[in-house]
Amino acid sequence: MSHSHSFDKHYLEDGKGFKSWFFTHDHKRLGVMYLWAIGIFFVLAAIASFLIRFEHLSPGQTIVSAQTYNVLFTLHGAVMVFLFIVPGVAASFGNFLIPLMIGARDVIFPKLNLYSFWIYCAGSLILLLSLAAPVDTGWTFYTPYSIDTGTNVILVTFGVFVLGFSSILTGINFIVSMHKLRAPGLTWDRLPLFCWAAYATSLLQVLATPVVGITLLLLIGERYFGLGFFDPAKGGDPVLFQHFFWFYSHPAVYIMILPAMGIISEVIPVFSRKPIFGYKAIAYSSLAIALISFLVWGHHMFTSGQSKLINIIFSVITFAVAVPTAIKVFNWLWTMYKGSVELSTAMLYSLAFIFLFTIGGLTGLFLGALAADIHLHDTYFVVAHMHYVMIGGTVFGLFSAIHFWYPKMWGKMFDEFKAKIAFTLIFIGFNVVFFPQFILGTQGMPRRYFNYAPEFESLHQLSTYGTWILGVGFILMLYTLFKPVGVADSNPYRSVSLEWSMPSPPPTLNFEEIPTVTTSTYDYGTKVEQEA
Amino acid sequence: MQIMKFIKSLAYPSEMLPPIVEEESHFDPETEHSAAKLGMWLFLATELLLFGGLFAAYAIFRAKYPTMFAEGSASLDVVLGTVNTVILIFSSWTVAVAVSAIQENKIKLVQVMLWITIICAAIFGINKYFEYSYKLSNGITPGTDIFYSIYFAATGVHMLHVFIGMAVLGVILKKTYEGRYSKENFTAIEIGGLYWHLVDLIWIYLFPLLYLVG
Amino acid sequence: MASSNPYKTYLNIWLLLMFLTFITVYVAQFDFGTLNVPIALLVASIKAGVVALYFMHLKYEDSMTWIFATYPLFLLFLLIAFSATDIFTRVAN
Repeated sequence: MSHSHSFDKHYLEDGKGFKSWFFTHDHKRLGVMYLWAIGIFFVLAAIASFLIRFEHLSPGQTIVSAQTYNVLFTLHGAVMVFLFIVPGVAASFGNFLIPLMIGARDVIFPKLNLYSFWIYCAGSLILLLSLAAPVDTGWTFYTPYSIDTGTNVILVTFGVFVLGFSSILTGINFIVSMHKLRAPGLTWDRLPLFCWAAYATSLLQVLATPVVGITLLLLIGERYFGLGFFDPAKGGDPVLFQHFFWFYSHPAVYIMILPAMGIISEVIPVFSRKPIFGYKAIAYSSLAIALISFLVWGHHMFTSGQSKLINIIFSVITFAVAVPTAIKVFNWLWTMYKGSVELSTAMLYSLAFIFLFTIGGLTGLFLGALAADIHLHDTYFVVAHMHYVMIGGTVFGLFSAIHFWYPKMWGKMFDEFKAKIAFTLIFIGFNVVFFPQFILGTQGMPRRYFNYAPEFESLHQLSTYGTWILGVGFILMLYTLFKPVGVADSNPYRSVSLEWSMPSPPPTLNFEEIPTVTTSTYDYGTKVEQEA
Repeated sequence: MQIMKFIKSLAYPSEMLPPIVEEESHFDPETEHSAAKLGMWLFLATELLLFGGLFAAYAIFRAKYPTMFAEGSASLDVVLGTVNTVILIFSSWTVAVAVSAIQENKIKLVQVMLWITIICAAIFGINKYFEYSYKLSNGITPGTDIFYSIYFAATGVHMLHVFIGMAVLGVILKKTYEGRYSKENFTAIEIGGLYWHLVDLIWIYLFPLLYLVG
Repeated sequence: MASSNPYKTYLNIWLLLMFLTFITVYVAQFDFGTLNVPIALLVASIKAGVVALYFMHLKYEDSMTWIFATYPLFLLFLLIAFSATDIFTRVAN
């Protein structure tokens, strides 16, 4: 690619065919490919969840056998967690946006970025190969069952191990890019909040992933070489596996949600026409989350038999992690206060994020309270809580991003009206699926069970009907996104952030001249805005 | 060879092979150099935490089964362990010399030092091979007890890093003969060196914990 | 390398490391009881510190590199401290 071409042609046009994409170093193309990849895995895992819900239309066997059911929920969990939501927003929109937002021509290690994507593809393939003998352990691979089961645990965990490398390398790339490539004048306190969130996410990716890496390697070793760390028969400790696993997987929850929070911080000020309220509080709360999230993993293990003392310690710290999250929520609300709020599709998803994530977050506090958790642990309450955070949070954030940066990414506009109908269906469908599960959980319906008592039938059915509304909403959303209705100009939403200062779609090397930043990213209602 | 390139690419991103045509970089050399170092330190942090799981397991099970660890540790060959320690520290020294030599354009010295480092790594591997096969022939396996689980897992993962380090330094050595490095362009050697020092660092802890104080 | 003659520094560092290795092996012959592990770790940490500071040039790196180099040690401490607190304060039912 020569320099002269790199500014006349936009990145989608610059090179055609498989090779020009699969060997690209362009962060925007890589971001788009990640978006496609996570989109495909999302659909795959969503189909599994639809089958799970269909199975629960009536007690006993409805459409699949018990073993198939175990495989389905493992598939749903493993694909959603490791292939969709962990790379998720960070890899797709992180790649696409970070260089644009910091005023750079690419990430600092463009080739490494490509290799991260290849490693992601390889890891995904390995994980999916295990479908030949599908795993039935659940996505957490708890020992000792994962040591004993005859299914293909080694292949899946090795796939996750490989995916970890992709995650680590992407994280390193983002962190170093933000340290070394910020445009002149773009100080840390002018950096867009999405970048702050991506920075915190990257820290977690880099520092937490290796621990799950070694844990899964040891699990493979337990099966293959007879290591004894997690095997009680050999003097090992199965709960130690849970410690190691959640040392990663709790921070991983924030790997999933932080980038989505970053998106909300970008969307809200644009459609409220007001500067973000509490910039520093939001920025530092991302870092605070990254730090505190390493201290609370034990709240996943209150009923595992770990000691009472450590239960109390973890419970107390868990309440602390709610603080930075709440700081963000209040600042978003205050940003909207007395702003001129425009209910665009992206804004609707962001508002839904705040609403649903707050429910998800608050129910998390129920679970963080020891006494309540004994009752609620491993029930549908946890399932509902987790989905309110992961779908109501991350996925709604992702959808907000897909709609908000759609003009920038594709150079086209979508049909706002249809998109809003899709949003309405998704919002309603989601709540119909998962709100009844809170009630089911408090009544004692255990998670991951194939069968259930007859008194749970009506709520289960309601939940299943919800998935149908949700499904129609998804399909309508996809239809809207695949049927653009016009050409986008460079800045249809009148944002003052750097990525909107260039043509839509951006040229391959982004900035012909590296910009000099002189103002904050959120100067709405000021002179800067009138000029923009 | 593809695998070597790939492994190398992990250690040193901005000098990788496919596509073969060297692409003009978007960033200035000074930024690239300091960025590569910062990136490598981050990668070393992940390596440290990768071993962290093993150190955590060691700490917990040693406290739980002191007698088992004392007996297991006594059965390991202190002489071989000490020899390997001396070899690794020596090779760390030679790599450090290589990194400084390239900054004065002393290519010949760089090559000698890298050769010595790689040979040291190979000797380390051969010693470990004898150690492992001796244990296995006596019927001691990773599943014998928790101590040997730790011993085999920790030294095994470390050995894997020795091999990766050998591969990385090997590729760099090959490129020194192609005239790829000079005092203006030595980031790869510095980064590869950092990786090798980490391998040494881990062993500095593994050696006393496993061989001496069990 | 800021030092005028890095090779001399490296040689001295190497000799120091050899000496510390000797100390490591030598003191292991004596039984200090519960102090065995702390002593071994102390010597190992001095060695590791010397390697990091001089061979890896950490001495000349900026504060960001220092943070990335040392923060994982804190996380490792957390991992060990919390899991050990659990395992050694459990009460059998």
